[in-house]
Amino acid sequence: MATPTKKYTGPITVDPVTRIEGHLKIRVDVRDGVIVKAFSSTQLFRGLEQIVQGRPPHEVHNYVQRACGVCTTTHSLTSIRAVEDAIGLTPPPAAQLIRHLILSSLIVHDHLVHFYHLHALDFFDMADALNADPVAAARLQGELAGRDTDPGEYFIVQSRLRKFVEGGQLGWLTNAYFLGGHPAYRLSPEENLVMAANYLAALRVQLKLARAMAVFCGKNPHSQTMQVGGVTCYDSLRPERLEEFRALYGECREFINANFKGDLFLLGRRYPEVARYGAVSNHFAFDDFPDPETGRDFFFPSGVLWNRDFKRLESLDTGHIKEHVARSWYEPGPERHPYEGVTAPQYTGYDEDGRYSWSKAPRYKGEPMECGPLARRAIAYARGEEETVRRLDEWLAASKLKPENIFSTLGRTACRMVESVELVNRMQGWLDDLQARTRAGKVEIYKEWTMTDKARGVGLCAVTRGALSHWINIEGGTTANYQMVVPSTWNLGPRCSAGKPSPVEEALTGNPVEDPERPVEILRTVHSFDPCIACSVHVLQPGGRERVFKVL
Amino acid sequence: MSSSARIAALLMDRQREAAGFSRREFMKFCGLVAVALGMEASMGPVVARALEGKRRPSVIYMHGAECTGCTEALLRAVDPYVDVLIMEIISLDYCETIMAAAGDASHKALETAMRNPDGYICTIEGAIPTRDGGLYGQVGGETMLSLFSRVAAGAKAVIAMGSCASFGGIQAAAPNPSGAKGVGEALAAVGVAPINIAGCPPNPVNYIGTVVHLLTKGMPELDSARRPRMFFGRTVHDLCERRKHFDKGEFAPSFSSEEARAGWCLHKLGCRGPWTYNNCPTALFNQTNWPVRAGGPCIGCSEPGFWDQLAPFSTDIREKKRA
Repeated sequence: MATPTKKYTGPITVDPVTRIEGHLKIRVDVRDGVIVKAFSSTQLFRGLEQIVQGRPPHEVHNYVQRACGVCTTTHSLTSIRAVEDAIGLTPPPAAQLIRHLILSSLIVHDHLVHFYHLHALDFFDMADALNADPVAAARLQGELAGRDTDPGEYFIVQSRLRKFVEGGQLGWLTNAYFLGGHPAYRLSPEENLVMAANYLAALRVQLKLARAMAVFCGKNPHSQTMQVGGVTCYDSLRPERLEEFRALYGECREFINANFKGDLFLLGRRYPEVARYGAVSNHFAFDDFPDPETGRDFFFPSGVLWNRDFKRLESLDTGHIKEHVARSWYEPGPERHPYEGVTAPQYTGYDEDGRYSWSKAPRYKGEPMECGPLARRAIAYARGEEETVRRLDEWLAASKLKPENIFSTLGRTACRMVESVELVNRMQGWLDDLQARTRAGKVEIYKEWTMTDKARGVGLCAVTRGALSHWINIEGGTTANYQMVVPSTWNLGPRCSAGKPSPVEEALTGNPVEDPERPVEILRTVHSFDPCIACSVHVLQPGGRERVFKVL
Repeated sequence: MSSSARIAALLMDRQREAAGFSRREFMKFCGLVAVALGMEASMGPVVARALEGKRRPSVIYMHGAECTGCTEALLRAVDPYVDVLIMEIISLDYCETIMAAAGDASHKALETAMRNPDGYICTIEGAIPTRDGGLYGQVGGETMLSLFSRVAAGAKAVIAMGSCASFGGIQAAAPNPSGAKGVGEALAAVGVAPINIAGCPPNPVNYIGTVVHLLTKGMPELDSARRPRMFFGRTVHDLCERRKHFDKGEFAPSFSSEEARAGWCLHKLGCRGPWTYNNCPTALFNQTNWPVRAGGPCIGCSEPGFWDQLAPFSTDIREKKRA
């Protein structure tokens, strides 16, 4: 396909956006090859919050876990935290450790699959890997990953790819933007082969980490052993089970520390311009991974970072969260706290001057906020946390970039890599702690409780894609109202009642588009948020009373 | 021999090894499939010949109202690994979760795949919203109801992947705000009668086994809920490794009890195994575990309407029946 030499002016629609979870439409206006306006529209409504009304509060986690099978377990955990908050229960420390291991495995797994299988094809050309010299590719991988590599591996991958491509059935690569060459794809054949090999290897690495989660969860996706009160996976406390977990996560740890990290250094070297667009103004994060004994000293700290200024860091107050529906397919109403009442779905057709998405628009102090790995790492960077500063500075220096460049399309993914490395290395401490407790004697992982007649509670969680919160009102011992405010609603929602674009809409503005028929730059920026749309489509329910927010 | 010649010879060996490696893996897979389909392992080569047509059979995989957990489950497959599945066994011609193309380019890939003269197997993950003409779920400006009708009606076979596609699933639980329905119910009007691979998520072994059965032996025998009997013929309870405790009346009374710690039967804590047809205890999830083994009661996730019919999940089902 020839690429037009004249800069494009006009509209572009990408629908469906693929390589995401769920159904998303992106429409942009381009002037002289640069995006000037963007609209993000989620295309599915499921109504989970209506469905859980009237059900026993301690069973809601089963239902809302099905909000998403990609970030599986996080909605379950967050729901359980909301109910535990409402009934005033603190789970036993060993249960906290198991939940930490489940959540950290999930985040690392999710980041890994996102990078290789949902995002990397925006940067590497799998077909061009056929032109590579496998010996040179092995040498390159050795340099990037800092460990010995075997040229034979690259022969194997290349011969498989050759057979696949020459067979003429391209399957899931059919009509890929890179086929036939694309000016925005700039890796050498050897670099493409390294990425292709890691793409295929990661498919097998990810299932090990999923298997590790299944050691505690019974299965993955969708845990069945997390309950209000703790966890119920007594079988997983056996020494051989814990060793199984250790071996499985250890394999992934090696891959992440070497290959995932190396590949981000490769992209930083080849695509520095992708670290110069895609910025969002404001960022926020929730606390998570507390010390299991004290409930404090979070491994992921919360915060709010204004205007990409590392000096403008303030503490988070969830009382400032409100959801807007002015531009969403719900009956019109004012901005509301998650605990407050609402509206029924009301589809009125796609209208960029009016309503255009099933997603609501959450705002913090009236402002759109990015959440996720970039927000978390930027906040840690602003706090001067040693490991984040050291790892991000290393990547920035190798890519000849400045700290401000982490606020970008490529920076978002570099932060995802840094976070994966930090988390996968931190897991050992939690596992050692759990193992020491099981060796010392009988460990408590579940605490009995009584359901209260009337209470409200919030569960906050720092999940893969950002700040997840569930809000429950319990009345008559049952679920009177339930609300989920999820990361992809923050990142990929529509405009708010003040007309302010959401983070992805802001991030897309200013992006270049070289070829309007194959707008890979749009995919790069949208994918950098790791959209998870099933999570973000829901409806609020009438409740009608002002509520006081409580921070977990 | 010069060093460059030595390297060349080494690499030639590697190349031969590469070809042999994938062949060995493929033959191993065919043997496993033969066993899964109730044949002798020695029938592996027969399965291999059936699968080694000139062109890999095309699969179109649609996503409706779902959570992508079924796709994630498929990524956990090991016999074969998913890369072997999509590179060497089938041609995955449309699947929004992993396909490289997006927008118009992906739509064109779908239209081309649907015109394949050799036909295609259609897999649908997720329910289909039907309220108000289906506008609660759209892809490329077309309702899922309309798009899936076209894709499924033209398929050689339709597989409903997971409990949402099979029976409506979570979004069809009361009050079913979007009018979500399973594939069989939503698309009956266009003559679609799917094979239901139920489960939340389904076991990838059951999906791959069904695909291979279709390719080698045709339509598998189905139960009244249109699930393949070879995978859903017995209850979880029948196959459960804690069954011996049930038979002796050894029940865990609470999750904090010594009995729960000792691995006794979870019946009184809400286990729905006796009402649930699936092979979880024998097929295992992630090759290593399944909920009851770990200590979590079965919630009946492969049964039609389980979100309402088998809930609340934490109550002894006999109490529910009495209520």
